[in-house]
Amino acid sequence: MKPVNQKAWFLVTPVLVLVALSAVIPLMTVVNYSVQYVGSTGRFAWVGDEWYREVLHNEKFWNALWRNLVFSGIILAIQIPLGVFIALNMPRKGWGVPACLVLMSLPLLVPWYVVGMIWQMFGRVDIGLMGVMLRDFGYNYEGDPMDAWFTLILMDVWHWTSLVALLAYAGLVSIPDAYYQAARIDGASKWSVFRHIQLPRMARVLTIAILLRFMDSFMIFTEPFAVIAGGDPVFLSTELKQTVELGQKAAMSIIYFLIILALSWVFYAVMTRNDGEGGRKNVRGGEA
Amino acid sequence: MARIDLSNIKHAYDAADTDESKFALRHVNQAFEHGGAYALLGPSGCGKTTLLNIISGLVHPTHGRVRIDGNDVTDLPTEKRNIAQVFQFPVIYDTMTVRQNLEFPLRNRGVSSADIKRRVDHVIAMTGLGPLAKLRARGLSADEKQKVSLGRGLVREDVSAVLFDEPLTVIDPEVKWTLRTQLRELQRQSGMTMIYVTHDQTEALTFASSVVVMHEGQVVQVGTPKDLFERPAHTFVGYFIGSPGMNVLPTKVEGANMKLGEYSAALPWAPRLKPTAKLELGVRPEFVKLAGEGIPVSIERVEDVGRHRIVRTRMQGLAVTAILPEREELPASPHVVFDPEGVHLYADGWRVEFTGGRAP
Repeated sequence: MKPVNQKAWFLVTPVLVLVALSAVIPLMTVVNYSVQYVGSTGRFAWVGDEWYREVLHNEKFWNALWRNLVFSGIILAIQIPLGVFIALNMPRKGWGVPACLVLMSLPLLVPWYVVGMIWQMFGRVDIGLMGVMLRDFGYNYEGDPMDAWFTLILMDVWHWTSLVALLAYAGLVSIPDAYYQAARIDGASKWSVFRHIQLPRMARVLTIAILLRFMDSFMIFTEPFAVIAGGDPVFLSTELKQTVELGQKAAMSIIYFLIILALSWVFYAVMTRNDGEGGRKNVRGGEA
Repeated sequence: MARIDLSNIKHAYDAADTDESKFALRHVNQAFEHGGAYALLGPSGCGKTTLLNIISGLVHPTHGRVRIDGNDVTDLPTEKRNIAQVFQFPVIYDTMTVRQNLEFPLRNRGVSSADIKRRVDHVIAMTGLGPLAKLRARGLSADEKQKVSLGRGLVREDVSAVLFDEPLTVIDPEVKWTLRTQLRELQRQSGMTMIYVTHDQTEALTFASSVVVMHEGQVVQVGTPKDLFERPAHTFVGYFIGSPGMNVLPTKVEGANMKLGEYSAALPWAPRLKPTAKLELGVRPEFVKLAGEGIPVSIERVEDVGRHRIVRTRMQGLAVTAILPEREELPASPHVVFDPEGVHLYADGWRVEFTGGRAP
């Protein structure tokens, strides 16, 4: 047997340090807070799982979680098909390509807080363009929670659909011409081309798009905070902001983190389960 | 089952390009007879794939018409032309099984289930995809995927022609031979018109009964493998086909004689040639004999290729390649003799034809 040189483990040190600083240490700090009571004098007292039990029995927490899930569901249901539709209709060559790419990137370049401010103004019933136009239909996001909800969804769609479209477009342009030519030879309909060529070839980038959009929308904070500042807490993040006790905040953060982790894992597992299929391992190697 | 006629085809990929000498296809008139096995042979960039794509309708020619059975199909889209085509690299539908891949072209055309089953079973048996039929196509190796692509090209019964664009590039050498033989066999049995694009002369010569040699956007010769070997119509055919290629030497014509230094060969009659034409003598190494007398040469290199030896010589400063059959010795004072059977005269690259009676 060859002698094993354990010194190689030292090569992992930089990564370990980096991950420790960026994730492990902050996370453990939060875990630490979540099992303690922090008194006004700065004294710490061990309370065990008390904060967790409190959070899990808190109706506001469950309401916020439910609203968050519905919100993520709605924006995914709008942004993914809309993004794919836009990507399919974007030009593939000529001056339209850079024009489209620049226009589509604009919403992504606006700072999140500014996006919130823009929509806060835009929706105001006294001076906002949208608010004034919709005023006659009884729209008022400051007074009606459903209208606030509607404004937030509209804002998120405006802000993030181009990300999905750009990712889908990247997937589309990577499809070799031969696939489209073969489809024409095989007499495939437009729907068949989409179903059997474009969609499978976009699957990977769409997986990433869905994951990103899910995580971001689930953690949404800045924009609703800007739009509905001072209003009722709507989401987990805004609920978290209004919680006073440090320990309770920490417990809520951990639960929040675990939910995102679990849901992301489920998404990923479901969407990539097909990759391993398709028969035996390729012994001779080399995907075409 | 059909006959394909290309008349006066020209194609430029850049529509603004007006210089015809730079066109991808410069001037092609070519007929593909019903039931023929054709090979389009030429080096990369000679326009053979463009020609194939014009037949299938993936490319619309800048000039000229495409007719199938006399019907002008130039403006018809690919899917209306009833042509099957297999590409150089495998194209498979990832989400489908091998069997569904093969069924796809038939389903799109509304073929009945019974016919689909019969055709697909037939193609599966022929390509040896049986054990893989139920697997997802995405997990296959490159050559298995290409077999699926080939199968999709062959599954339609009623096509006017099946076009192959260097379909065996990704296939292992030993499988390549088998597949090509199977294709040839299938072509003979079914009587389908097949056009096979390749840059490999062995592939072209073994597959096709008629080889279309292309060079710089033009068809330079159409013929059987024998024609191409014995009577290359263009110096390009001479050195592109055959290994080693034909010797092409500058020459002069005086009356009915071809002069090459002190060597002189009688022509059947004095040809009428443009005074400015560049004249060349072409002779394949197979027709160059090394002997004790003839034109003196110096031997530069001898390559033993097994069945014979290739002798590179220099004659009056010109490179001349000869073939020395097995068991023959190099003569002590080397000279070469050209077999008159294999000597051709070329004017501006094109063979001067002497057959078919005396010129006026």
